[in-house]
Amino acid sequence: MRYLPLNDADRSAMLKIIGAAKIDDLFCDVPGDVLNVGFDLPPHAGELDVERALGAMAAKNRAASDGPFFIGGGAYKHHIPATVDHIIQRSEFLTAYTPYQPEIAQGTLQYLFEFQTQVAALSGMEVANASMYDGSTGCAEAALMARRITKRKKAVLSGGLHPQYGAVTRTNLELLKDEVVAAPVDVSASEDLAAMIDDETACVIVQTPDVFGNIRDLAPIAEAAHAKGALLIAVVTEAVSLGALKSPGEMGADIFVGEGQSLGNGLGFGGPYVGLFATRQKYLRQMPGRLCGETTDADGKRGFVLTLSTREQHIRRDKATSNICTNSGLCVLAFTIHMTLLGQTGLRKLAALNHEAACKTADALSAINGVEVINKSYFNEFTLRLSKNASDVVDVLAEQGVLAGVPGGRLWPGDPGAENLLIVAASECTTDADIKAFSSALAESL
Amino acid sequence: MTMNNQDQSTFTGNKALQIEEALSFEIGGFDRTGVDFPPAEDRPNRLGGLGRDSEIGLPGLSEPETMRHFVRLSQKNYAIDMGPFPLGSCTMKHNPRLNEKIARLPGFADLHPLAPQACAQGALELIDTLAHWLQELTGMPAVAMSPKAGAHGELCGMMAIKAAIVARGEGDKRTRVLAPESAHGTNPATAVQCGFTVEEIPGDATGRVDLAALKEKLGEDVAAIMVTNPNTCGLFERDIRAIADAVHDAGGYFYCDGANFNAIAGKVKPGDLGVDAMHINLHKTFSTPHGGGGPGAGPTVLAAALADFAPVPYVVHRDGEYHLIETESANSFGRLTAFHGQMGMFTRALAYMMSHGKDGVAQAAEDAVLNANYVLARLKAEITPAFDGYCMHEALFDDRFLKDTGVETIDFAKAMIDEGYHPMTMYFPLVVHGAMLIEPTESESKRELDLFCDALLSLAKRAKAGEAETFKAAPVYAPRRRLDETAAARKPVLRWTPAANAAR
Repeated sequence: MRYLPLNDADRSAMLKIIGAAKIDDLFCDVPGDVLNVGFDLPPHAGELDVERALGAMAAKNRAASDGPFFIGGGAYKHHIPATVDHIIQRSEFLTAYTPYQPEIAQGTLQYLFEFQTQVAALSGMEVANASMYDGSTGCAEAALMARRITKRKKAVLSGGLHPQYGAVTRTNLELLKDEVVAAPVDVSASEDLAAMIDDETACVIVQTPDVFGNIRDLAPIAEAAHAKGALLIAVVTEAVSLGALKSPGEMGADIFVGEGQSLGNGLGFGGPYVGLFATRQKYLRQMPGRLCGETTDADGKRGFVLTLSTREQHIRRDKATSNICTNSGLCVLAFTIHMTLLGQTGLRKLAALNHEAACKTADALSAINGVEVINKSYFNEFTLRLSKNASDVVDVLAEQGVLAGVPGGRLWPGDPGAENLLIVAASECTTDADIKAFSSALAESL
Repeated sequence: MTMNNQDQSTFTGNKALQIEEALSFEIGGFDRTGVDFPPAEDRPNRLGGLGRDSEIGLPGLSEPETMRHFVRLSQKNYAIDMGPFPLGSCTMKHNPRLNEKIARLPGFADLHPLAPQACAQGALELIDTLAHWLQELTGMPAVAMSPKAGAHGELCGMMAIKAAIVARGEGDKRTRVLAPESAHGTNPATAVQCGFTVEEIPGDATGRVDLAALKEKLGEDVAAIMVTNPNTCGLFERDIRAIADAVHDAGGYFYCDGANFNAIAGKVKPGDLGVDAMHINLHKTFSTPHGGGGPGAGPTVLAAALADFAPVPYVVHRDGEYHLIETESANSFGRLTAFHGQMGMFTRALAYMMSHGKDGVAQAAEDAVLNANYVLARLKAEITPAFDGYCMHEALFDDRFLKDTGVETIDFAKAMIDEGYHPMTMYFPLVVHGAMLIEPTESESKRELDLFCDALLSLAKRAKAGEAETFKAAPVYAPRRRLDETAAARKPVLRWTPAANAAR
């Protein structure tokens, strides 16, 4: 077996030094009747065989780059500079552990510090952590954090929140018998969230751009929340939008939660991604997850360490702010490299190109009979109301090689109001030819 | 050993291959970028008056500057590809590059999670195939694939247990969870996140759960026990089936923390031991890279009694097609994450499993156990084992051998850094004083282990010979000497700011 350095001579010599006659003597604490039971699995395989078998599975999937592509809904197709994937495959990053020995983990620690700085700047918040698993689990953690801060047990969810983010949050909160009040699905960003916030409310969770692509002004909601002593949690699923839009911090958010996949991380069928998490300085000690801080070494040189770990499970155990341990280290690195390459100048340009692509796509599609663009505002994603069931249309277009977007029926199964909705995303990868192929196929299908 | 003041002798502060590197923010400029884009058209925006006017405040770097920045940073890291990384309970084994190649095939890496299912049949097949391997290796009938890491898998298992208890009408009655005092911190943290209170089960003199003490604590208010097996002392719980029976007799469930499954994979099926739920760290047992702290993946196997409560989504193979079920059924406890889990880890783990096969998985477990016992046998004359007898995949020592030397576990660990090793896990498990938990894994050769053991024996002798000062000063050859963690926590600096930079 190519991954195992010991040979039988080594094994015998080692057993002799250990003083055991055979390997199973070392398993003597295992009840004999359950040791070495049969497994209905194939034997070991060479690299070529494994590559063939898994390559065949990969070939059955339709990659985003295979043709015109307009799917978003919380995961976005962007171009990733070649430098990113090269660097994250360096052994020293790829095969390192959590930086528990800071003297020999300054590489990891420094990029975590740079990441925290980037996330804080992008979100307009004061402090960011070293990542969560992804945006949706970060959203649930933010709700739990608001609950600790306010000591209240009610969360209000916007009708524009990605329904899977809502489901994750509800799953976590209802376990603790909290009240979760979800506003009705709000296609046109017309809900009155302020009216739903009362003196029992711990947090109100609002996504911008929302799941339909509408850009939400958080400032009035922040004001309403603060008037009642509640916190505003701002969710951003498309990190590139932060290059074009007012930041959640500027609009008064108390906790920012983001999905960082768009920068440096591929679609990967949904994971691993990287959760962005930031807040106000005053709430620092209620944050979940790892934090990297600056300090000095015994020679007075600047260095970095994991810090404030008295919030964390390995120190505080049942009183920890969260059970999270492993986070998204390597995805953080990919995000940080991409963001370092872009800088604010590059990010602004990237965001402008995304917006332009979406505007062009919307213009082309809205000219089709039976298609209505619902949004008054959008960044790189918007929602169409079609004259027929959007899931059917998506399937027809997929057969023609066009991946048209996320049909409402996929995110709100069984909701008749969502059946004809189609959420469409564009990006810097979208070409004029893609838009043309999409609009002619859509026109034909309706 | 000399004190490390040689850095005074170079103008740059560099030491040949060790090159000092500033923060990216101190190198780049606000108007600089390392990515070229076509110009955007000049058209009115549709941002609803919410466009960003303020500065973001992030400089950019050109591509060569970026490359050099991160390569220099990388050279300040220790990694499993460089040498032994014997972190107990963390399982730092070789990460095969075939797995990286497979994960990067466009059909997996460039596939959207909400692509029509007809366009993702191969991805669903892969998830289903991996699920089958995990079920077969654990002897469990069901597996939830979406948990994002080990702790998330714990959450999954405990949520399923909570849902089952609520369904029995005992939600208000069964509120306690029992966990050994040697448990990972995630166990009590997870139980609390599920609304339970946690009580510790004491260990016995052999490093295992005290069965009699456990039985005393069991009752009609106990929802579950959370036991790691092999446990965090590196020992197999001999009474595991009696533990499971006792908990089941009391009406509770047995959650097994599968962090150490690598010791028994291919040898023992946890399902045969009475386990009701167990997470599997794909980034430990099945070699997906740790990546400096993640991403992980924590699929959680479930017994028949809990399978109905599993979260969405899950894959069903029916009529020659794979279906992703995303709608919650009546019993499902809900959803753990957007989308379907850590696909990028699934591809790598399956490549690893197929490469090993059932014979290789068992051989890997045997070699891991053999290597740990070899380290134990070679070191025990100088370094005190915490418990008598053989160990499983990791060898636990305490600090009795350092008594009256002035050297503590942390000093010993830092001296290992100067010898070119990543230290073992220190001060965990908490039940052993000054714990040193060494997990060599199956990836180390005998030659590498011999050098490692010789180095540790030499350090032990030097500690006993009164060289405490050397240990207290270590490390001196690492990119940084000991860092002031107290100062970092007292006055946290968690981001770079231009003002701080100006003051430097």
